[in-house]
Amino acid sequence: MLQRLRERTSATDVIMWLIGAALVAMIVWGTTATLIKGVYSTRHWIDFVIFGLAQGSIYALIAMGYTMVYGVLRMINFAHSEVFMSGPYTAYFFAAYFYQSGLLESHPVISLVLVFIVSMATSTLIAVMLERIAYRPLRNAPRLVPLITAIGASFFLQYMFRGFYGSGFQAYPVIKALESHFVLGPIRILKFQALVIVAAAFLMVALYQFVQRTKIGKAIRSVSEDKEASALMGIDVDRMITMTFVIGGAAAGAAGVLYALMFKQVHFFMGFIPGIKAFTAAVLGGIGNIPGAMLGGIFLGLVESVGPSLFLDGLGIPAPYQLKDAIAFTLLVLILIFRPTGILGERLAAKKA
Amino acid sequence: MNPAPERHFPGIRYGLIGGVCVVILSLIGMVEAFNQREIVTDVITMGQTLLLMMAAFVAYLGAQRAQPRRASTVLVSGTASGLIMAVLLSLFVLLGNAVNLRQVFINASPLLFQLLTFGQESLGAGIGLLLLAGALVGLLAGLLSLMSGLVRRALITAFSCVTFAGMLQDLVTPILSEAGPLSDLNDFLYPGNGLCVEGAVTVFVVIAALTAAWARKGDAVRSRIRSLPPSRRRVLNIAYIVVGVFILFVLPQILGLFLSEVLTIIGLYIMLGMGLNIIVGFAGMLDLGHVAYFAIGSYTMAILTSPELGFFSLNFWQALPFAIVMGVITGVLICTPVLKMRGDYLAITTLGFGEIIRILVLSDWLRPWLGGAQGIGKIPRAELFGFEFGSPQTLYYLILAGCLLIGFISWRLRDSRLGRSWMAVREDEDVAQAMGINLVSTKLKAFAVGAGFSAMSGAIFATKLGSVYPHSFNVMISINILCVIIVGGMGSIPGVIVGAAALVGLPELLREFAEYRLLVYGAVLVAMMLLKPEGLWPEATHQRELHEVESDAGVADVPETAVSRG
Repeated sequence: MLQRLRERTSATDVIMWLIGAALVAMIVWGTTATLIKGVYSTRHWIDFVIFGLAQGSIYALIAMGYTMVYGVLRMINFAHSEVFMSGPYTAYFFAAYFYQSGLLESHPVISLVLVFIVSMATSTLIAVMLERIAYRPLRNAPRLVPLITAIGASFFLQYMFRGFYGSGFQAYPVIKALESHFVLGPIRILKFQALVIVAAAFLMVALYQFVQRTKIGKAIRSVSEDKEASALMGIDVDRMITMTFVIGGAAAGAAGVLYALMFKQVHFFMGFIPGIKAFTAAVLGGIGNIPGAMLGGIFLGLVESVGPSLFLDGLGIPAPYQLKDAIAFTLLVLILIFRPTGILGERLAAKKA
Repeated sequence: MNPAPERHFPGIRYGLIGGVCVVILSLIGMVEAFNQREIVTDVITMGQTLLLMMAAFVAYLGAQRAQPRRASTVLVSGTASGLIMAVLLSLFVLLGNAVNLRQVFINASPLLFQLLTFGQESLGAGIGLLLLAGALVGLLAGLLSLMSGLVRRALITAFSCVTFAGMLQDLVTPILSEAGPLSDLNDFLYPGNGLCVEGAVTVFVVIAALTAAWARKGDAVRSRIRSLPPSRRRVLNIAYIVVGVFILFVLPQILGLFLSEVLTIIGLYIMLGMGLNIIVGFAGMLDLGHVAYFAIGSYTMAILTSPELGFFSLNFWQALPFAIVMGVITGVLICTPVLKMRGDYLAITTLGFGEIIRILVLSDWLRPWLGGAQGIGKIPRAELFGFEFGSPQTLYYLILAGCLLIGFISWRLRDSRLGRSWMAVREDEDVAQAMGINLVSTKLKAFAVGAGFSAMSGAIFATKLGSVYPHSFNVMISINILCVIIVGGMGSIPGVIVGAAALVGLPELLREFAEYRLLVYGAVLVAMMLLKPEGLWPEATHQRELHEVESDAGVADVPETAVSRG
């Protein structure tokens, strides 16, 4: 039996397991040390968790776009992070105008809804154009080709918006009504974080219901199962692919405004890091799987906000918060090594090639 | 994939598309930024040329698609696209005059609108001129589409040569002024900023004549060379190599300080590109974290040689092998977890690794060892037998040696057993494995070699700058390298050189271009993948493969240049 085991495992497997085991040991050690030292009170941990939930729900919304596009086209839409950036950056000018004219103070709900609509419309437009110009002509090309196109499109869009709106950071107007706290027993939640969580949850449920219940949603799911068979059943495959980009774009545009509300600034490069994080979330949940993307996003957000203090502080690493991106990427690498199908995914294994 | 038969009038469609493109070009500020450089003095600037070329290209496409192909329809179609573009641009100008667009679009300055209306005082006259120019460009594009292939190619080549001659004045002037008798040519061509009118006309005529002559006689010359006896051909080849080596050797003396600096940067990118070419071009694994090896090479060199940290104080030649070995080790370490991944997953994981390394270097945690955000300074220069590689002109030789070495290794590896295994893995992993290729060791070797090359480039980069900062190693470098090898042609060794010269050299020469560098890179990547996925200097097998897939998909129109080269 030992011999059979030896035959099945190779040196690289052993090395990978060793790396994984070392990382897990590090995490456990760090966590225990942090908890024993007790630098952070319960209040801190609650704040971390709420922040993580808010950030994670934004990741989840972006990840929907990645996962749905992957479902229908079997490609990673690298330029999705720019779809995410374009919405809030364009909507910024409306938000700033509403702020100057006082509408944001007197009618915060109406103006916020308008900002959301502008952002979602812009992101959707960009996503649809992207599909039409960059991806559709390459549907039958070798795998590497659309991927490189996507990377090119991503940089093109980034610097196009930089050319349009300039290279500086733009401060999103602060909405006074959202700055105070809710108090729920021992928990204090910043109102804008609550808004982010509630809005993201609402949108995710709405989109999920759309994909599950409507005729278009059904057609999209059918296309992601099998393009040829769907075409034979009378489904307009091109239109469904465009619809996928519409849905993903709208979700990304909404996520963008939430992101801007939370971090209070927009920038032409703002999409890059959340984009990779959202991709990580999509992989975490099992790419191609919509509930998986939501779960993955929230999990990643939590790990990122709780992780640096929990895992790294105990190890005596100074300024652990600087390493939060490294934690997210390490998580991505670990997931890809040990469970490439993700938390909820099983479909990938068969379709990966 | 077959383009649907055009039922609509194609002129209108292309005019609208082109109009949007032209307005975007103006809005992102490219037209204005490029306007400082004059192509032909007091006649046309680079910004105007940019708009003109865009308009002419789109109008040409519109004219090409016109059905039925009669002179009248083609000309009308071309003119209509040109006119519609001009109408859209005029609407944009009118809008810009009515509303202050600048609050949103920072580049919509009064200067831009002045430029678009040819500096006319009255708006009406300016817009009239704009419409006229648009129609004229469209008409010319239509005419171009009606001409025979020979004349068309001669005209286009001549036009691009004039544009390049005007754009690259800074490159051409110093070379000509060194070349003794030719320096008179300098005064003739470039009396001021840009070409003079006579100079432009001369260049145009000469180049057009040469292109036409080569198109007529070129095949005859080529076939005569091919029919030479082998011994004579070998002599010819040796003569080429000797001339090439001689030119490479004296280049920095001819070019002067600034251009040698540009050459050294191109050289570093050639080394990086050769490294990535092994991984992406030969073995077909898309690596977006290539900057990691570059960083490892630089940092190893810095840590081992810099007195600032005080751990070691080796000299350049002692530290170089360590830098390369560290690169190789990193390559193997990064490759191990991604062995089983393909395509997209591999790309994103390597991207993640590249970022992890940058974040770690930047962090306070590793500051005592890696210098944190301030980086490491005081890296000594390389020295050999008392000869110091300090100025760009001397450093050039070090980099040239590196490029030649790496190029030679790449070239030998490509035709070796290992190189063939890489290509087999690139074509189809499962089949390669079934043929008895050990996937694990083949992939590991690709990463090891590629990373070693890049680490060497990084080590030279560290002595070139004398200091290293984490900010020099961001993801943009990885993207630049990827662009270099894709534009040159994936898997093609001369392609890497062409790509590096075009994508790294040109932006250094055109300083106003720097801001739009990544924009253009992105557009170039998309355009290359859509129009010419095999690159500028394609590798034979790769080209065949890509076009095979296309013809499977039912696209019959293989680009004519690809055919003539193949």
